[in-house]
Amino acid sequence: MANLEILTYPDERLGRVSERVERFDEALRTFIVALSQALDAGPGGVGIAAPQTGQLQRIVIIDCSRARKPIPNKGRLVLINPELTAWKGMEVGREGCLSVPNYTGNVIRATEITLQAQDECGALHDYCFQGYEARVVQHEIDHLDGLLFLDRLVSRRVDLFQRKTFLPSKE
Amino acid sequence: MNPWYMLTVVGQDRPGIVARLTDVLYAGGCNLGEASMIRLGGNFTIMLMVQGALPPAQLEALMQPVVDALCLRLHIDPIDGALYQQREPPDVRITVHGADRAGIVARVTGALAEAGLDILDLASEVAGNEQKPIYVMYIDGYARRGVDALQAALATLSHDGFVARLEPIQTISC
Repeated sequence: MANLEILTYPDERLGRVSERVERFDEALRTFIVALSQALDAGPGGVGIAAPQTGQLQRIVIIDCSRARKPIPNKGRLVLINPELTAWKGMEVGREGCLSVPNYTGNVIRATEITLQAQDECGALHDYCFQGYEARVVQHEIDHLDGLLFLDRLVSRRVDLFQRKTFLPSKE
Repeated sequence: MNPWYMLTVVGQDRPGIVARLTDVLYAGGCNLGEASMIRLGGNFTIMLMVQGALPPAQLEALMQPVVDALCLRLHIDPIDGALYQQREPPDVRITVHGADRAGIVARVTGALAEAGLDILDLASEVAGNEQKPIYVMYIDGYARRGVDALQAALATLSHDGFVARLEPIQTISC
């Protein structure tokens, strides 16, 4: 399969809702290899969703081992037909996207999520993600629903929820 | 390519400043770039990138009727309109608060600059009341020499009547 092109905003395909994957065949696995290569081609990218390449199917790949600064992660995961089953906590964090070049913005996401997703063979798995990795998964699932982080921006200047903070020493 | 200008506009806050200024710029064939507009102590302040074929004097003449009508002050500088460039996102947020007194900004930003902070965005507010004013400042920046260096710099300031906190910002890129 040829190299996949990353669609960029305002391409209208980024706003469409993707279809569930019904056939777990060789064509699917070939596409997943190409999608994985597209993720690797982006500098520092930690996730990619099929609709970012114009393939309107509910497939995402995440790989937080590629984060600039090391964070706890589950490595590379292919999540097909992901369904959020629970979430808790909210936090403002900064996001960027291959489909929105040269822009980062603040978005509120759940700090912990659980979900079910299928793998390349159709087997169902349960996952729990926290923090940075949970944010990445939510960002990618948004792509499957035709949403970009631009649709969820909050104020650049105000943090609604404080993240982990280093307090000054009180010697 | 038409030249870029930075417009600086300041005046007492009132409804309609942004709408009327941008309308006259649009009617004059100008293109708007990035902007920062905020209310500071009852004044409305605008820093606005504007691109247009007009020389600065004509741009000023175009805006003067609205500027006069709204009792604003206008300043125009030619600039390099460097848009669409890869920018390092902020990787650290510093918040500072304390009793308002002279020198907080100079001391904090001086120590952070020495420790390798590039300030990308700074906002501050004065709260409390006249008897007990409180100063609050937010800085988003890029830590060229790492977050630990900034943390060490802040620790040296932490006994001076204000509190400075640092939190890392990790940007996801998907």
